[in-house]
Amino acid sequence: MTAASGDVEANDVEASDLEALARRGRQLVIDSVAHSGAGHIGGPLSAMDLLVALFFRVLRIRPEEPHWPERDRFILSKGHSAIGLYAVMALRGYFPVEELATFDAGDSRLQGHPDMTRLPGLDASTGSLGQGLAVGLGIALGARLRGLGFHTFVMLGDGETQEGMVWESVQVAAKYGLGHLTAIVDCNGLQQYGWPAAPGEEGRGDRRDPLAGTRLGAALEAFGWRVLEIDGHDSHAIVEACDDARASAASARPTAILAATVKGRGVSFTEGRFEWHSRVATADEAAAARAELDLVEDRRA
Amino acid sequence: MTTAMRDAWAQTLIDLAGDNPDLLVLDGDLGTSTRADRFAAAWPDRFLQMGIAEQNMVGVAAGLATLGYIPWLSSFAVFLTHRAVDPVRMLVAQTHANVKIGAAYTGLLTGFTGKTHQDVEDLAIMRAMPGMTVIAPGDATECAAAVRWATATQGPVYLRLARDAGPDLFDGSYVFEPGRVIPLRAGSDVLLVSTGPQTARCLEAAEMLATSGFSAGVLHVPCLKPVDAAAILAAARGVRLVVTVEEHTILGGVGGLVAEILTEHEPRQLVRIGIADTWGESASNAFLLDRHGLSATRVAERVARELAGVGSSAGAAS
Ligand SMILES: Cc1ncc(C[n+]2csc(CCOP(=O)(O)OP(=O)(O)O)c2C)c(N)n1
Ligand SMILES: [Mg+2]
Repeated sequence: MTAASGDVEANDVEASDLEALARRGRQLVIDSVAHSGAGHIGGPLSAMDLLVALFFRVLRIRPEEPHWPERDRFILSKGHSAIGLYAVMALRGYFPVEELATFDAGDSRLQGHPDMTRLPGLDASTGSLGQGLAVGLGIALGARLRGLGFHTFVMLGDGETQEGMVWESVQVAAKYGLGHLTAIVDCNGLQQYGWPAAPGEEGRGDRRDPLAGTRLGAALEAFGWRVLEIDGHDSHAIVEACDDARASAASARPTAILAATVKGRGVSFTEGRFEWHSRVATADEAAAARAELDLVEDRRA
Repeated sequence: MTTAMRDAWAQTLIDLAGDNPDLLVLDGDLGTSTRADRFAAAWPDRFLQMGIAEQNMVGVAAGLATLGYIPWLSSFAVFLTHRAVDPVRMLVAQTHANVKIGAAYTGLLTGFTGKTHQDVEDLAIMRAMPGMTVIAPGDATECAAAVRWATATQGPVYLRLARDAGPDLFDGSYVFEPGRVIPLRAGSDVLLVSTGPQTARCLEAAEMLATSGFSAGVLHVPCLKPVDAAAILAAARGVRLVVTVEEHTILGGVGGLVAEILTEHEPRQLVRIGIADTWGESASNAFLLDRHGLSATRVAERVARELAGVGSSAGAAS
C-alpha cells in the first residue's frame, strides 16, 4: 500500500504515533470543552481516530498553506464535533494548540460549529446537519470541471444520515460518477436524544442505534456507491480504506466508509452514554479523563 | 431562580395532555435540549420521535392534524423556520393546519452554539406567512399562557422560546390574548417597544435612563401577528421618540412591524435596535448582548444618545 502523502511531505507517522496523537486529541477535546463551559464530547471522541488518521496520513494538505489549491478537501458535516477537528488541526500545525483555549469564545476563529469564514483550513461551514455532503459533491464536481486531481472526504454522523438532504447528495453524486468523493460515516450508535432502546434490543448505551433496523451499507450500494466497512478506531484500517477510496477514484463510483465507532470513545464514563453528547466535564471528571487517557494503552493491543 | 421558557413549555404540555387526548409532541432529536424529554417521560405514548429530519417532521404533523390531533413540534427554531420552511409554508400555513411550532433556542442566546443555531430572522420569516400566529413570550408565565391558548385555538402558531431563564414579568393572573400589546412602564420622553426576553432588559434600561433624567416607557409586544396596531400608535403618540429593541434582526421583526404601522398611519422617526443585518457567533450571553447593543446598559446608552439628537424637552441632558 502506498503512503497517502504522495508528493506532499511527511504525513508518514507510525500507527502507534497515530494512537498517541488520538489520545492527546481526546484530552484536548475534554479540556477545551471544560474550559469554555460548552461543546460536545461524544461525537468528537468517537471521530478522533478517524480525524487523526485523515490529517496525519491520508489528506494531502499543507497546514502552512491552508488555501493550497490542489489540497485534498475535508468537510466535517457533523459540525457539532468541531472541537475534535480543531484539536487535530492544532496538533497538525494549522494553529497553536494554545488557541484551543479560545474555543467558543467571542471573536474566536474556533466557533462552536466550523466557520470557514473565520478559520483557514476549513473547506466548508457546517452545523446544520445533513448539508456537508452536498458541498463535498459540489467541490468534487468543480474539481473535475477544473481538471484538478484532489480527493474530497466528508465525515457524517450516523444520526445525520436521517436528514433527507444526505440522500439527495447520495443520488446526485452517483449520477455524476464522482469516484473522487468519499463519505466517512462515524457509526457510533448514538445521536443526541434518539429513541429509547427497546428491552433486549441490541444497542449501544441505553438508546437505540440510529441505524437500528436499517442497512445503511445496502442503501448506499443500492444508490450506486462503493461501501467499505471498518473499525473506526483502527488507524491502520482507516488509512487503508481511505487509500482504497482514493485508488478507485477512476471507478466512477463514490465510496462510503462506514466506520464502526463508540461514542465518547477513550474515557470509560463517556463511552456509549448518550448524555455525553454535549455534556461539559466537571473539573473532577476532566481530571479523571486525563488520567485515563494518560494511562490507557491501546486497548486492542 | 426564575423558570426558563422551555421548562414552562414542557410542563404546560404535560399538564394539558391529561385533559386533551389529541395533544402530541413530535421531536427532531433535540428533546434533551428543548425539554420535550420531560413530556416523553410523562406521556410516552403521546411523544413521537422523528429523528434528525425536520422537513419530514413538519409534514407528519400536517398529516396528524388532519385527523384532529394537535401536534406540537420540538426542535431548535432554525431547523423549523429555515430548514423546514417550505413544509411549514405549504403544508402548515397555506392549509391553516392545526400545528404548533415550539421553536426552542431563539435569538442570540443559544448556549454558545454560534451563528448556525442563532435564529435571528425567525420573526421576519414567520410574520410574513399569512394565517400564522407569531408569539414571542417575555417570561415563563406568559409562555405557559401562550401554550394553553395555542393548544385550545385552531390554526398554526409559531411560539418563540428563549433558552435561558430571565426575570419574571407577569404573575399567575396573566391571560394571553392574541394581538394584545402590554404597557409595562409609562414614560414621556421615549417609548421602548420590545418583545420576548428583551422586554426585561428594556425595563432595566428604562430604570437606568430614569437615573439620567429621561422618562422611558416600555411597551411589550408578545404577539407580533396579529397585533393591535391602534394600541401601538396610541402609545407612540405620547413620546418624543419611539425605539424598537429586539433580540432579532432589525429587519422584519418588531422594528419592521412598528415601522410599517407608523409609516402607514402617523409617519415619524423610528430608531431600531437589534441585530444590525449581521450574523451572530459563539460567545457568552454577556458578550453577545454587549456586542449587539442589547444589554440594558447598551440600550440605555443608545437611547440617551438618540434622545439628544431629537431635541430637548423635559428630559435632562446626559
Ligand atoms: C439539521 C439539524 N437538526 C438537529 C441538529 C441538532 N443536533 C446536533 S448533533 C445532533 C445529533 C447528531 O447525531 P450523529 O449524527 O449521530 O452525531 P454524533 O453521534 O457523531 O454526535 C443533533 C440532533 C442539528 N445540528 N442540525
Ligand atoms: Mg452518532
